Amino acid sequence: MRTHYGNWLGTILLGTTFTFGAAQAAPVEVNFYYPVAIGGPVTKIVDDLISRFEASHPDIKVKAIYSGTYSETISKSLAAYKAGQPPEVAVMLSADLFTLIDEGAIAPLDGFIKTDEDKAWLKGFSPVFMTNSQSDAKTWGIPFQRGTTVFFWNKDAFKEAGLNPDAGPQNWEEVVDFATRLTRRDTNGNVTRWGMQVPSSLTSYWLLQGYVAQNGGTIAEPTGDKTYFDAPEVVEALQYWTDLALKHKVMKPGVIEWATNPKDFFEGRAAMFTTTSGNLTNVKTNAPFPFGVQMLPEHKKRGAPTSGGNLYIFNGTAPEKQEAAFQFVKWLTSADQSAEWSIKTGYIAPRDDAWNTDAMQAYVKEFPGAAVPHDQIPHMVPELSTHENQRVARVIDDAIEAALTGAKTPADALAAAQQEAERILQDYR
Amino acid sequence: MTGAKNQITAWLLLLPAVVLLAAFTHVPAVMTFINSFYSTPRGTRPAKFKGVDQYANMLADPVFLAALKNNAIYAIGTVPAAIGLSLLMALIVNSSIRGKSLLRMSFFLPTVLPMIAVANIWLFFYTPGYGLIDRVLAPFGFAETNWLGDPSTALGSLMVLAVWKEAGFFMIFYLAALQQISPSLSEAASLEGASRWYFFRRVTFPLLMPTTLFVLINAIINSFRLIDHVIVLTRGGPDNASTLLLYYIYQTGFRFWDTGYAAALTMVLLALLAALAFIQFGVLDRKVHYK
Repeated sequence: MRTHYGNWLGTILLGTTFTFGAAQAAPVEVNFYYPVAIGGPVTKIVDDLISRFEASHPDIKVKAIYSGTYSETISKSLAAYKAGQPPEVAVMLSADLFTLIDEGAIAPLDGFIKTDEDKAWLKGFSPVFMTNSQSDAKTWGIPFQRGTTVFFWNKDAFKEAGLNPDAGPQNWEEVVDFATRLTRRDTNGNVTRWGMQVPSSLTSYWLLQGYVAQNGGTIAEPTGDKTYFDAPEVVEALQYWTDLALKHKVMKPGVIEWATNPKDFFEGRAAMFTTTSGNLTNVKTNAPFPFGVQMLPEHKKRGAPTSGGNLYIFNGTAPEKQEAAFQFVKWLTSADQSAEWSIKTGYIAPRDDAWNTDAMQAYVKEFPGAAVPHDQIPHMVPELSTHENQRVARVIDDAIEAALTGAKTPADALAAAQQEAERILQDYR
Repeated sequence: MTGAKNQITAWLLLLPAVVLLAAFTHVPAVMTFINSFYSTPRGTRPAKFKGVDQYANMLADPVFLAALKNNAIYAIGTVPAAIGLSLLMALIVNSSIRGKSLLRMSFFLPTVLPMIAVANIWLFFYTPGYGLIDRVLAPFGFAETNWLGDPSTALGSLMVLAVWKEAGFFMIFYLAALQQISPSLSEAASLEGASRWYFFRRVTFPLLMPTTLFVLINAIINSFRLIDHVIVLTRGGPDNASTLLLYYIYQTGFRFWDTGYAAALTMVLLALLAALAFIQFGVLDRKVHYK
């Protein structure tokens, strides 16, 4: 099945190669897969960055290929790689690091990092973002568009419930207490507003990771070959999350859609909610009431997960193309471009020097909420990333869904998930 | 004109079709069959011969078993409902009621819309609290229902959408068949004093049997083949409560990149469809009355 698919793709890509060959004397061309649908506002920002890069690097030409969602991008990149025509550089999930290494698709960047300037650039990234970029003492990816989860609340609803609208809940107990007071029922006992909502329709392990970090645990080894899904800290964390819906009845039972979660907040059907920091601009633009945004509430300590995309350089292309791709990666993630990207898109700039630029300082002054993800950096843990990551993620997501819908207890669901993850990962030790 | 020359001409005429069929149907099917006996090659590790391991793994794979069970429920639930509804709609628009064209168009409309678009519209219908369905039910005292986020309603929600989407398409076949039935039959029946129900049961329905068989085969194939709405609405969740077989294959092949296991799953799906087609053609076909 795959061979046939690859040949077919190869034929199409072969046509492209001939075009490159003819233009050999011209600038080195770098193909750049970027995960966004064509025509969105983000494509304009990317196009603009590329044209400025080309102006300052006349010997390199970058061709942006808008490749759909993250999962479509990795599918297309890997299919192209297997057909012998990979893109030179692509933005793909940091969590897919081990999948890409196992496929032999990406090149370590250490060979390109030569000068002191290069080394200083690499040192500038916050260590938590590098965890999902490094393995076996090699650097495989560069953090580009990273996110985390943050906590929002509706200030009007707080006033109505007799709570201080300027202070969000600071710990697990306060969340339950506030949410109980914020949940509103009509005369039939039907809920018209939930106190708290946490999305769970996809990559819910990500939200669980925040709770586990706050509970002083971890769900997996950074080496990507061992998970701790059935550890007591993890079970307690999922128990707490499940209790919000099933015991305290302050959260909508069942799976909560990522897409409708902010909408529920705008419609006044959820008074507090957790979502990705990528929603900051969305909430800022669409909430018809004053809202508050803060770090995730703590339990034993603060904690939050990271997420998002890395820049990866592919194997299987000419060395001068890889070198050109590296120059592009370096330029794109330097302080100024990092800050610009963060301000325009809402992703977290993964470097401290980006936060110190004038542009960023001015932006945070105008919209203090933008600083919340940055303040959370010291408490962040790397996103779950294992070998066969998509499959392991699905296993833990299923367990979370089973617990949230009451089909299994958190302990049972997680024990089964751990067993399945063990079966998948034992080959990689 | 010699026989050999005739042979060559025939093969040359067949060539385009044969090449296309072989390249996109037969070769991939054979490759899939072969791949299903090998492990998935990954980077440095080439594919290894595993015999029937992939098939044995399926029996211990709870997601596969869930997908199989869901697909059975899905097929048994949607196929008769879609056929019954399409026949009813065809009878309505075949009668001489007013606004027939408008009815025909509205019944057929879901068929012309792309499944992805339809699923996105239904995503709004199913939104808990302020979605269309909950809004309609709210005045009757129903609480908000998390249609897609609850394992007990997720698969049912997909099935309702599938019936709505499919019925209009099958209606067209029934309508065409109904218009083939000679009006003299119904005139004769009314002269004999047969009731409308009796006429339908003993004359119309048997005459529609060839169409019913055709529609049945298509409906069953579609119940295994169409998964766009699963991707948009539930992605198989919660906890695989709405995973269908083809969706699981897609997930295994293009999200987990486990092509060996995906190949084995594909063979199971192919075998299943072949068996169903065999039963339909072999057993039912003999009972169908052709004119």
